[in-house]
Amino acid sequence: MELILESLFNSVAIGSVLLVAALGLAIVFGLMGVINLAHGELMMVGAYSTYVIQLIFKLPILKPFYDIYILVAIAVAFIVSGVVGILLEQTVIRRLYGSPLETLLATWGVSLILQQFVRSVPLAYATGCVVTVFISLIFGTFVPKHLFQGSKGKLIKAGALSTSAIAGVLTGGLLGSLVSKLSRASARNVDVTAPAWMRGGVDLFGMTFPKTRLLIIVITLVSVVAVSFFLNKSVWGVRIRAVTQNRDMSECLGISTENVDILTFGIGSGLAGVAGVAVSLLGSVGPNVGGNYIVGCFMVVVLGGVGNLLGTVIAAFSIGLMTDLIGAGRLLTIWPSMPQPLASTVDFFSTTSMARVMIFALIVAFLQYRPAGLFPQKGRMVES
Amino acid sequence: MNNFHTSKGRPSWILWIVIIAVIVSAPTILPVFRLNLLGRYLSLAIVALGVDLIWGFTGLLSLGQGIFFALGGYCAAMYLQLNSSGDFPNGIPEFFGLYGIKKLPFFWEPFHSSLFTVVAIWLIPAAVAALLGFLVFRNRIKGVYFSILTQAALLVFFNFFNGQQKLINGTNGLKTDVTLIFGQLVGSESIQRWLFWLTALLVIAAWSFSKWVVRGRFGNVLIGIRDDEPRVRFTGYNPTLFKTIIFAIAGGLAGISGALYTVQSGIVSPQFMTVPFSIEMVIWVAVGGRGTLLGAILGAVIINYAKSLISEALPASWMFIQGGLFILVVTALPEGVLGWIQGSGPRNLLSRLGISRYSATYPKLEMNHNQERD
Repeated sequence: MELILESLFNSVAIGSVLLVAALGLAIVFGLMGVINLAHGELMMVGAYSTYVIQLIFKLPILKPFYDIYILVAIAVAFIVSGVVGILLEQTVIRRLYGSPLETLLATWGVSLILQQFVRSVPLAYATGCVVTVFISLIFGTFVPKHLFQGSKGKLIKAGALSTSAIAGVLTGGLLGSLVSKLSRASARNVDVTAPAWMRGGVDLFGMTFPKTRLLIIVITLVSVVAVSFFLNKSVWGVRIRAVTQNRDMSECLGISTENVDILTFGIGSGLAGVAGVAVSLLGSVGPNVGGNYIVGCFMVVVLGGVGNLLGTVIAAFSIGLMTDLIGAGRLLTIWPSMPQPLASTVDFFSTTSMARVMIFALIVAFLQYRPAGLFPQKGRMVES
Repeated sequence: MNNFHTSKGRPSWILWIVIIAVIVSAPTILPVFRLNLLGRYLSLAIVALGVDLIWGFTGLLSLGQGIFFALGGYCAAMYLQLNSSGDFPNGIPEFFGLYGIKKLPFFWEPFHSSLFTVVAIWLIPAAVAALLGFLVFRNRIKGVYFSILTQAALLVFFNFFNGQQKLINGTNGLKTDVTLIFGQLVGSESIQRWLFWLTALLVIAAWSFSKWVVRGRFGNVLIGIRDDEPRVRFTGYNPTLFKTIIFAIAGGLAGISGALYTVQSGIVSPQFMTVPFSIEMVIWVAVGGRGTLLGAILGAVIINYAKSLISEALPASWMFIQGGLFILVVTALPEGVLGWIQGSGPRNLLSRLGISRYSATYPKLEMNHNQERD
């Protein structure tokens, strides 16, 4: 009983990390058909945002609220990663709709640049940059468009942009110096420490469950519920699904597909940021933190079937279950009297890396029966 | 799209003269270190040719060519290790002693034979590619799904080779520069010079072979698969077969390339199977010009040479440049440099500058997004 419970908890824990990381990818890939290889780096952005928020909450003014910094971090990571994603969509991906392979290469280029940016630019300056971009963008988004039209339009626009740029540089510089004072060390690999209430474990059924793992499960759960609620119940969710099913027809019916693209990509990237928060709780945060997850995420999406949240959820948890069963050699503990050749095979695969080998083989085998994943999309559009 | 496989005469002839001049003069001009680097990059040109065959001509973007590259390298390294392990205890390579292995693992045995090794270097990667390709193509998995699966396969092979200390020395890899061939050290200067010539010859051989493959009806079917696979199928061809064959050919080329690269760089390790390295192979082809073959060779050699020069001067900047290259080449120069020169690029540029009266005509195939969809 205890064994099953432990195994189950481990699989759910592994699966929920995979799921929260793959959720954003499932949205971007499933709904827009865009392969975003920079997804891992958006997670990295989220993880670093968590670290910065943690530093800021160490300031004397905010010290009393230190315990809840993680909640603030989730919101900030969502917004920062979302904005970085939207910038990416507007500058690069927008030009490449309809040619997924090119998108794949371009986003890989973006991920290289982001990684190297983190490696060579100190965290303080990076934070400053992000804040600068942010404040500059706010004017572009929230100032009513009609002010920019007419004879004085250009003048107003230039004024607004320069004001926002100056404000951005000032705030960014201030924040940057603040962060550099707080962190001191040149930030390559940093560690996010959980607040006191999250350390340790919960005792249940005679077992101890680590609280960080539980928190990640909760984050995942909330994200999945929020996303499915958004996609199925809200007006914009309906629009997103309409554009997914038939772009031309949706445009004819007056849906602004451009805005839908921005929104979808923004949400997908924001979820990558949330995943970054979860990942930052598990280990140290470095430039490669996202790259470790990206292939696993893609496997989840491919296994689950494109454009289907339920498939993604089931795929993530079944991969988690398989990882635990194979990687921890649990089959041997469950069935100790296994015949010899089988037992040595199981033993051979009972390391984390060999479990990955096995799981990939299983996924390929599975795709032989269900080429489009667990829940294939139905309809005339699918097969070209 | 016709000019993709009948490259126009003049520019490529000039390029060939330049290439041959470089190859012939390099051993006398360049110091040994640089010559060795050039030899390595020439061997990378062979894997780039394979990428061009499957991506440029058939439209399959494989992100897993590193698998076949490394397999070729391991074949060569295993032979060299066995060839020079007579003095070690039990007559097996030294590293086995570290893990307390007394008996050679069974799959090492055939590598005592040099003939077997020469065949295995291209046959094993080609066979693995054929198997992997067949399983994937049979289900009509294509486009980005294919790319993702090849990348996942790459990661799997990486994990496997990285974790198996007792079979192939795991993460440390197999060294070749201190092994013997024809009674001399592989790392010695004279052998390295011979290897340079061998590589140059094999690059030209591989180019001629690729040219022969894409010429004629076989090549036409490949291009047909790239541009409209369902139509090819409805015409009565079996795309699975063609894709499997071309993927196997590319795998074999990658194996040869990996073997040459290994003996010139002195080591083969699971690092050959990292994700970034395999994607880099694609960018060499993309920059050189996909579907041009010659562009793949030039792209591989020039980008790698530039990489080594730039990273010596400014280590941090190469990643930015490389990332920028990826973005630039797909957004601004989708045909690559050579494709741009051979296509209508220069004429368009001249007409835009007002020198020539030529102007691009409408319907361009690239404008039609439905054609490009996966």
